[in-house]
Amino acid sequence: MLGYILRRILAVIPVMLLVAVFVFALLRLTPGDPAAIIAGDMATPAQLERIREAMGLNQPLHIQFITWVGQLLRGDLGTSLISNTPVSSMIAARFGPTLSIALLTILMSVCLAVPMGVIAAWKHRSAADYAVMSFSVLGFSVPVFVIGYVFILIFSLKLGWFPVQGYTPISSGLGPFLLNAFLPALTLTTIYVALIARMTRANMLEVLGEDYIRTARAKGAPERRVLFRHALKNAAVPILTVIGTGFALLIGGVVVTETVFNIPGIGRLTVDAILARDYPVIQAMILLTSFLYVLVNLVIDLSYSFFDPRIRY
Amino acid sequence: MLFKSRNFDNADIALQAESLTVALPDTPGQPQVLKGIDVTIRQGETVCLVGESGSGKSVTSLAIMGLLPEALKVANGKINLQGQNLLPLTQAQMRELRAARVAMIFQEPMTALNPVLRVGDQIMEVMELHTRLGQSERRKRAKAIMEQVHLPDVDRIFRSYPHQLSGGQRQRIMIAMALVLEPVLLIADEPTTALDVTTQKQILSLIDELQQKHGTAVLFITHDMGVVAEIADTVYVMKHGEIVEHAPVEQLLRHPREEYTHKLLSAVPSLSPRDPRPAGSEVVLSVERLNKIYGGGGILRKLPQAHAAKDVTFTLTRGRTLGIVGESGSGKSTVARCIMRLIDPSSGRIMLDGSDIASLSRGALRPHRKKLQVVFQDPMRSLNPRWTIAQSLIEGPLNYGTSRRDALAEAKRLMGVVGLPEDSLNRYPHQFSGGQRQRIAIARAVMMRPDVLVADEAVSALDVSVQAQVLALLDQLQQEFGIAIVFITHDLRVAAQICDDVIVMQRGEVVEHGPAGEVLGAPAHAYTRALIDAAPGRDWDFQNFRSMSETENAQPA
Repeated sequence: MLGYILRRILAVIPVMLLVAVFVFALLRLTPGDPAAIIAGDMATPAQLERIREAMGLNQPLHIQFITWVGQLLRGDLGTSLISNTPVSSMIAARFGPTLSIALLTILMSVCLAVPMGVIAAWKHRSAADYAVMSFSVLGFSVPVFVIGYVFILIFSLKLGWFPVQGYTPISSGLGPFLLNAFLPALTLTTIYVALIARMTRANMLEVLGEDYIRTARAKGAPERRVLFRHALKNAAVPILTVIGTGFALLIGGVVVTETVFNIPGIGRLTVDAILARDYPVIQAMILLTSFLYVLVNLVIDLSYSFFDPRIRY
Repeated sequence: MLFKSRNFDNADIALQAESLTVALPDTPGQPQVLKGIDVTIRQGETVCLVGESGSGKSVTSLAIMGLLPEALKVANGKINLQGQNLLPLTQAQMRELRAARVAMIFQEPMTALNPVLRVGDQIMEVMELHTRLGQSERRKRAKAIMEQVHLPDVDRIFRSYPHQLSGGQRQRIMIAMALVLEPVLLIADEPTTALDVTTQKQILSLIDELQQKHGTAVLFITHDMGVVAEIADTVYVMKHGEIVEHAPVEQLLRHPREEYTHKLLSAVPSLSPRDPRPAGSEVVLSVERLNKIYGGGGILRKLPQAHAAKDVTFTLTRGRTLGIVGESGSGKSTVARCIMRLIDPSSGRIMLDGSDIASLSRGALRPHRKKLQVVFQDPMRSLNPRWTIAQSLIEGPLNYGTSRRDALAEAKRLMGVVGLPEDSLNRYPHQFSGGQRQRIAIARAVMMRPDVLVADEAVSALDVSVQAQVLALLDQLQQEFGIAIVFITHDLRVAAQICDDVIVMQRGEVVEHGPAGEVLGAPAHAYTRALIDAAPGRDWDFQNFRSMSETENAQPA
């Protein structure tokens, strides 16, 4: 097990190196002079030269790469071309909102979706099953921003339960945080519930047909026990995969919800950076999201063995 | 003593099913799956329910447990457990009864235990559900019953997961789980069918031993007449949802009253080998010192090796059948797969029509593939469910350049040869029975006009009467086309009926090799003898309705 974790962590290195090469190439291989791209259309030759000097663009490529990676390893992600602040502190400021809403979303989704999927599978082809399935189709097909605005309309404007927009960090108290974070999380939850409930249902259906479920019933186990003790643990691995990938997507930033609810998160930071051609920020974001993806996947893989003793590393 | 001859007339009735009728209420015509059957099982008695697939044996057991699939409903009749009718009971009342008064063990110990729970916890769960015993008392009782089913190293196995145990050990766990609360009735649904013969023998005697110890009534469901001869007090023969006949075991095997029982018994393949056919001279396949070693890799340290096949050597001439017999893990399938080059042998030579195919590259192997065809155990899974039979049959010849018209004509002809109507070609695999599908699989292999046909447990999933037909078909094809067959099987009866020569394998090694008559008739190796000894019902000559010794005495020496 420990050896496996070590190997997996070591395997992160080549993956990240590949991503780094890609990110590095992104700026250098785009047609035209990087300095010109950075400086914009109105730059004078003197300005261009200054930028080249500052970014080391007049050095040979491999030297540039090594210098850049060296900076990365020291935690220096560069400086934003627009705001002139260090990229790392920009990301740090935006990461909290995204992460906290992602966690809240996943928590709510799992609590709702897993029981829904289990019941749908148990009462296969019943009204309950069709209700869960219809909800799933709906949750997938209605665009997020529509759901978001509908929730704002109902819960904020009509009922006045929640503020329309904004974000309060969790450090100012759980209550104020939840007040702001609940609606965006609920909006995202509709999609994830649809996804996870479907996955749970499909896998539970398969497991419920297994021989050991019949054995459990032959032992006189009540249905609740058959479903949650005998079946769900067996169905866990694929469900876990969906939850994990979903979480990784969420912490990469969800632009639409962040925009609708005016949350200062990672997603908007990325979009703003792309629109402003703020290359250091874009590069840092690509690196960060890939790293988180690899990390989340590692955690998911390791958690498999917790649910299924046949999986041993 | 050949059979059990205990008398149960004075014993209390444990279970009585009276005109039990089970139907499919939502299917048009409401077909009946069980048509008013009567079964009586007394305290301490073993009742065998025998019949071919689809006869309703398993439905009977599930009806007693109250675990019928949703589509099936009890339409009529009574199920009395010690005088109490179970049918009016609520779900909750039935749950209380399961495992406590009626317990069940299933066919597949591999899948009947929950893979993610420790086996000790699974045994303890029964007590958790039905008793008020505390944790430590439950643990004590669980370990005690594990001792009773003769599991070794109880403390370790108690903490093990199912995948860490062998098939026999898992079935012992199932039995422990079923008997821990001392139920009145134990239902055993084909409990040894998935096990090796030697393990089967142990499990059968274990059930016997525990039954005598606890006075349990046993309803034993099986399709295997050999097992019936070993274990039954009373036999009920089922066909199409009806009991055709029931009688004490010896009476039924000696003087079957009904035509169907007669047919069923006659279909049991005999353990005495058939007469060998004349040895051919044209060698089509010869295997020399074939080895297959798994593992042993590893960069930093050497990983443990498994020798799945060790120095296997044999030759096969045109028109002959070579049987490779052995238990699971003996390496018989490894050898078959090496010959077909589905896996690559580690060393050795495989001469097919004079050329060594053991080390050919995938590309270079292609022209030889045609000469080597295979029939697998489960035709349902080896035929593409989305393809018509015609598509499956002509694919091979088309790959080797036969025109579509010629291939289709040949497919039509072969349908006739294997005894299926011509219009079968436009149908799909699920529209056929198991036996028919296996005929199709054989036709598919023969389409390629192979020199060698590898049959990997090709009749193991079939009922005995169908088994006999498929074996006869193989025999006929062999005569017509001169195909040589490598027949992999765990079933000595089948081997005795089809093989000219036999190889017995154990743990990757060939322990005995020779003409079928010698190997099975006068085995030289202890392992071969153990295998033959373990074959259930070996003392009974089923076709002639008498014991083997009576048969021997009847034949003038």
